[in-house]
Amino acid sequence: MTENLAAENSKGRSPWALAWARFRKHRTGRAGACLVAMVILAALLAPLIARHPYDEQFRAHFNEGPSARHWLGVDPISRDVFSRIVYGARASLQVALAATAVSVALGVAAGALAGYMGGWTDEVLMRIADAFSAFPGILLAIAITAAFDQRSLAVVFVALGLVGWASLARIVRSRTLSLREEDFVQAAVALGFGRARIVFRHILPNCLGPVIVTATLLMAGNILGEAGLSFLGIGVQPPQPSWGGMLADARSRDLAAFWWMATFPGGAIAVTVLGFNLLGDALRDVLDPRE
Amino acid sequence: MTSFILRRLFNLVPVLIGISLATFVMLYVLPGDPAEMLTPRRADPLTVKQIRQKHHLDDPLPVRYAAFLGRLARGDLGVSIRSERPVTKILLNRFFPTAQLAIGSLLFALALGLPAGVLSAVRPRSWIDGASMLVALAGVSLPVFWLGMMLIVLNGQLGAVFAVSGYAPFSPYHFVLPCVALGTVTAALLARLTRASMLEELHRDYVRTARAKGVAEWCVVLRHALRNALVPIVTVIGVSLASLLSGAVLTETVFNIPGLGREMFDAIVARDYPVVVGAVMWLALTFVIVNLIVDLFYAWLDPRIRYD
Repeated sequence: MTENLAAENSKGRSPWALAWARFRKHRTGRAGACLVAMVILAALLAPLIARHPYDEQFRAHFNEGPSARHWLGVDPISRDVFSRIVYGARASLQVALAATAVSVALGVAAGALAGYMGGWTDEVLMRIADAFSAFPGILLAIAITAAFDQRSLAVVFVALGLVGWASLARIVRSRTLSLREEDFVQAAVALGFGRARIVFRHILPNCLGPVIVTATLLMAGNILGEAGLSFLGIGVQPPQPSWGGMLADARSRDLAAFWWMATFPGGAIAVTVLGFNLLGDALRDVLDPRE
Repeated sequence: MTSFILRRLFNLVPVLIGISLATFVMLYVLPGDPAEMLTPRRADPLTVKQIRQKHHLDDPLPVRYAAFLGRLARGDLGVSIRSERPVTKILLNRFFPTAQLAIGSLLFALALGLPAGVLSAVRPRSWIDGASMLVALAGVSLPVFWLGMMLIVLNGQLGAVFAVSGYAPFSPYHFVLPCVALGTVTAALLARLTRASMLEELHRDYVRTARAKGVAEWCVVLRHALRNALVPIVTVIGVSLASLLSGAVLTETVFNIPGLGREMFDAIVARDYPVVVGAVMWLALTFVIVNLIVDLFYAWLDPRIRYD
């Protein structure tokens, strides 16, 4: 591995080019990237891929299982399951992406501040982070979501974002603490650069790798979180289709007899989450070659 | 040792007071009114007012919190706004199904996750390693409520061997499916962690020494390496148990189990303040006690750790 790295380095390529070269050889990483790309395409091209509108009721095909007309069957009120899964990718990705953005913004800001300032700033921010991670994530998300009377996507993604920021803050903080002692940062301090310049130009760019890895794994967690909240009825609201909501709908039927109503929407969740988990694990291998 | 346990339990008092105060303030700040949630949309304003008066919802926050502390000193958590039953009784009733589910799924997770992790570490890059790590990765990616529903489908196809809904004390007929569903994620986590921890220990010098002495391989793995590898694993087991005991609202919903998770969910949605505050304090108590047990377990695993 070391020889390999030395050989790669001798070509004078940037760390990102090296990481990309490593990623292309990573088999499970490629599999994860394919799964994620598939879901993103489904969300973007939903009207082209879905064969029916997601809210059209086919009363003549009541309780119909998988068939040539309805590939994955129809749901309890006779809507096409395949079309609803394709459109459901939109809600899932939108919420997860926005929630991850909230976590990243809060976590990076809090982590860099705590790590660079130290002292009581560090103490206060980290105790708040402790308080947020003390409770099981789903309960915290439920409490925040349920606190608002209006059910909008914004409430859901802010709640999920507030659940995830603490882990990111800890990672950025510990990274900042060790970077602060590095020679190049000390040199920047000696040159008299301002705090903002040191943090934004010298410290944060060096935190990018771990942040990308954590954000990818957070995407997986947020997709599960959104599905859970929608399953409980406090997430994405009908008529907008969501995978968790479809599972909640399926519960009104005998699951064993109408198996397709629950199997496929949940399968979509599992495949998407697996994709992000595989991608995150691979990115960790690729961006952190020390291990 | 006894003084250590007593000291830790004594530290619990300020923690519980702090947590109850934080919960009170949070519920006070957040929008939503239990009296309006309880009554129909265009209810008689007088009825709403009566409910508010009965539960002292119009009193200022310090007055309400002082009254709460006064009752707490007598072991009384107040009554639920929804059912008017004592909160302590509700929590106790709801805790038994949750405890049964938590212990059952943890046992399932241990029985599956530990051997899988150890076998993978002993034969890294073998088919058994590849297979169990693939299953473990899938396990952490599955939504627990969907897994529960798939077990219900499977159970139906196989002729309804188990109940798919409801609860009865100590009845495997009722708790096998929910425990398998809930335990799978924990099993997957444990398998991945056990593998990593065991791999690290198996490369240590004392393992080489034991092998050089001619100690049987199973003994090296199970008595020497595993015992040391267990330290980080016990931490995760403790965290898992604590979070399982705080109720699994999704699993409880799928299998219609009247547990703590579902009660908390309903209470939060209905702004049933006394139940929410009581449940949060109960959770804090569970977390602290489980962590105490984990700390005592460390001392047993690693004789260098002493708490005197």
